[in-house]
Amino acid sequence: MNVLACIKRVPNTGAKIVLTDDEQRIDTTNLGFTMSPHEECAIEEAVQQTEAHGGSAHVLTLGPEEATEQLRTGLAMQADEATLLEAGDEEWGPRATASAIANGVRELGDDGAEFDLLLFGNESADAANYQVGTRVAAELDLPCVTGIKSLDVEDGTAIARREVSGGEEVYEIALPAVITVKEGINEPRYASMRAKMQARRQDVDRREPTADTGAGTYEKVRLEAPETAESEAEILGDGTDAVANVVDVLESEVEVI
Amino acid sequence: MTLAFVEREGSDPTEETLEMLTLARELADGDGESLDVVAFAGGSRLSVDELGAYGVDEVYHVVHDRLDGYAPEAWGESVAQLASDVDPSAVVAPGTDRGHEVLAHVGATLDVPMAANCIGIDVVEDGAYELRRNRWGGSLIEHARLEAGTTLLTPAEHEFPIEKAESTTDPSESEFTPSLEDTQFRVQVERVERADEEGIPLGEARVVIGGGRGVGGPDAYDQLEELADLLGGTVGASRAAVNEGWRPHDDQIGQTGAKISPDIYIPCGISGAVQHMVGCKGAETILAINTDPEAAIIQKADYAVIGDLHEIVPELNDTIREA
Ligand SMILES: Cc1cc2nc3c(=O)[nH]c(=O)nc-3n(C[C@H](O)[C@H](O)[C@H](O)COP(=O)(O)OP(=O)(O)OC[C@H]3O[C@@H](n4cnc5c(N)ncnc54)[C@H](O)[C@@H]3O)c2cc1C
Ligand SMILES: Cc1cc2nc3c(=O)[nH]c(=O)nc-3n(C[C@H](O)[C@H](O)[C@H](O)COP(=O)(O)OP(=O)(O)OC[C@H]3O[C@@H](n4cnc5c(N)ncnc54)[C@H](O)[C@@H]3O)c2cc1C
Repeated sequence: MNVLACIKRVPNTGAKIVLTDDEQRIDTTNLGFTMSPHEECAIEEAVQQTEAHGGSAHVLTLGPEEATEQLRTGLAMQADEATLLEAGDEEWGPRATASAIANGVRELGDDGAEFDLLLFGNESADAANYQVGTRVAAELDLPCVTGIKSLDVEDGTAIARREVSGGEEVYEIALPAVITVKEGINEPRYASMRAKMQARRQDVDRREPTADTGAGTYEKVRLEAPETAESEAEILGDGTDAVANVVDVLESEVEVI
Repeated sequence: MTLAFVEREGSDPTEETLEMLTLARELADGDGESLDVVAFAGGSRLSVDELGAYGVDEVYHVVHDRLDGYAPEAWGESVAQLASDVDPSAVVAPGTDRGHEVLAHVGATLDVPMAANCIGIDVVEDGAYELRRNRWGGSLIEHARLEAGTTLLTPAEHEFPIEKAESTTDPSESEFTPSLEDTQFRVQVERVERADEEGIPLGEARVVIGGGRGVGGPDAYDQLEELADLLGGTVGASRAAVNEGWRPHDDQIGQTGAKISPDIYIPCGISGAVQHMVGCKGAETILAINTDPEAAIIQKADYAVIGDLHEIVPELNDTIREA
C-alpha cells in the first residue's frame, strides 16, 4: 500500500506575530519554520500504515525551494520519498493549491507511483481554510472524509473514526481514498540524529506545479496583527502568600466555591 | 438571497448554527435580500417555530430516501444542487467540522472559492465581498476580497453572538429532493459509537485547570485533579505536556486541541504561546500560576500568582477543603 502525506511549510511563530512593512507576510527574519501538528501526524500515519501493510510512504509539498526542509523532516521520520512542487513567489489560494497537488499526484501516477491513501491535515496551521484535501479528492474523483482521529486499514478498506459530541462516527471507505487527519491520531516519532543526517543526503523529486483556475476570485488584501490589549494581570501575590487572594477571587468574583 | 446550512440536534438548530445565523442575517440585510435555510430531514426534521425569531424567510428540508444518516459528499452535492436552483449570492455554514466539510464539498462541486473562519464581512459594489478572517487561530487577521457567483463562507467559532432578528418572520417551508448517485454515498456514517465519558468534557466545563510543561511530570497532575474536583471542573493541558506523554491528547487545549469557554481557566506552568491561547479565548476569567513574571501568560491573564505551582496548588487545595 502506498501512502502520500501532503504538508505545508509555515513560520514557527512565537508569542507575538510581527508583519512585514507591506502587511503581506509574517516577518520571518528571526523565525524558524515548521508545519501543522496535524500534518506531522499525517506523515507518521503514512509511515505506520506502510510499516504495517508494506508499500512506500511519500511526502509532498507545494512551496518554495526552502520547503525541502519540511520534506526532509518527513524523510527523517522514515518516509521513503519526497516531492517538491516548486512554486515561485506567487500566492497560491486553496483551489489552485488543490489543483496543483491533484496534477502532481497524476504525474507521479504516470511515473509509476500510485497511491492507495492520500493524507492531509484537517486544516493548515496558518490560513486554515479546511478545504485542500476535499478539493483534491473531488479533482481525482476519490472518496474523502475529514477530521479523522483514528484509522485502520483492513483488506483495502479504511475504517476511520471522527470525534463528535458524546462519541465517534465510524466510516468505512474503500481505498483509494483521501483522508484528512487531526493531531491525536498517533504520536509522531522524534527523528534520531542519524535519521536526520541520512535524510539530508536523500534525493527530493522536484517538479513544476501546474494549476487550473476555476470561477471566481479570492484575493488576500493584507494582514493585520490585532492589537492585544496591553493589559497586565492583577498580581495576587508571590507563592503561597497569594492563596488567600486566590480563594477570594474564586469565592466572590467567579463564585465557584 | 443568502442560503444558510443548518445543523440540528433533534428538531432544534445547534448553538453554532444560531451563531452562524447572526452572520447570515447581516449578509441578507446588507443586500436587502431574503435569508433562507437548508436542513436535512431524516428521522426527524428541523422545526421552523424558533427560526422566525432569527429572521428566516424560507426553510428547505432536504428529503431523499437514502439520506437518513450523515454522508458528507451526498450532503455537499444536495446543497450544491439546491444552490444551483435557487441561486443564492452566498452560502453560509456553521464553523464546525461538519459545516466545513459540507461547504468544502459544495465549493469543490460548484468550483468556487470558500473562505473559512470569517469574523466580519461587507458586501461592496458588484456583489463582491470584503471580508476579515482569522489566521493562526485568530492571532492574525487576513483582509481579503472575494468575488464569485456564489460566495461560500463560515464564521469563526464563537465570534458572532447568538442574536434574534429585529422583526420576527413567519418562515415558509418546502421540500427539496436532490438527484444523487451511488458514488456520492461512498462515504457515510456506518455507525455512531457512544463514548463512556468520565467527568465533564473540556468544552463544557465551567472550571478548567490547565497543566503545562511547568508541571514537570505526570504524577504532579494529581494536585491539579484535586483542585478541579474541589471546584467542580476538569483538567486540561498544553501541547508541551501532551508531547511529553504526561496527558492524553484529548486533554490538549489550543489551536489543534479543544476550545474551552469556562467561567474560569487556571493555567499552571503554561507560558501562554499564541497557539495555546486561541483555545481559551472563550474563558471569562484567566488566573495564571507561573514562576516567571515575564511569561506571556501574565500579560494575557486577568489574575496571576508568581511562584511554584507545586507549593501553591496543594496549599490552595487545603485552604478550599477547610473552608
Ligand atoms: C510561493 C507560495 C507563496 C505562498 N504564500 C502564502 C502566504 O503568504 N500565506 C499563506 O497563508 N499561504 C501561502 N501559500 C500557501 C498557499 O496559499 C496555501 O497552502 C493554500 O492557500 C492552501 O490554503 P490553506 O492553507 O487554507 O489550506 P487548508 O485547506 O487549511 O489545508 C488543509 C491541508 O491541505 C494540505 N496543504 C495545504 N497547503 C498545502 C501546500 N501548499 N502543499 C501541500 N499540502 C498543502 C495540508 O495537509 C493542510 O493541512 C503560499 C504558497 C506558495 C507556493
Ligand atoms: C501550528 C501549531 C499548533 C499548536 N497547537 C497547540 C495547541 O493546540 N495547544 C498548545 O498548548 N500548544 C500548541 N502549540 C505549541 C505552542 O506553540 C507551545 O509550544 C506550547 O503551548 C508550550 O507549552 P507550555 O506552555 O506548557 O510550555 P513552555 O512554553 O515550556 O512553558 C512552561 C512554563 O511553565 C513555567 N514553569 C516552569 N516551572 C514552573 C513551576 N514549578 N511552577 C509554575 N510555573 C512553572 C515556566 O515559567 C513557563 O512559562 C502549537 C504550535 C504550533 C506551531
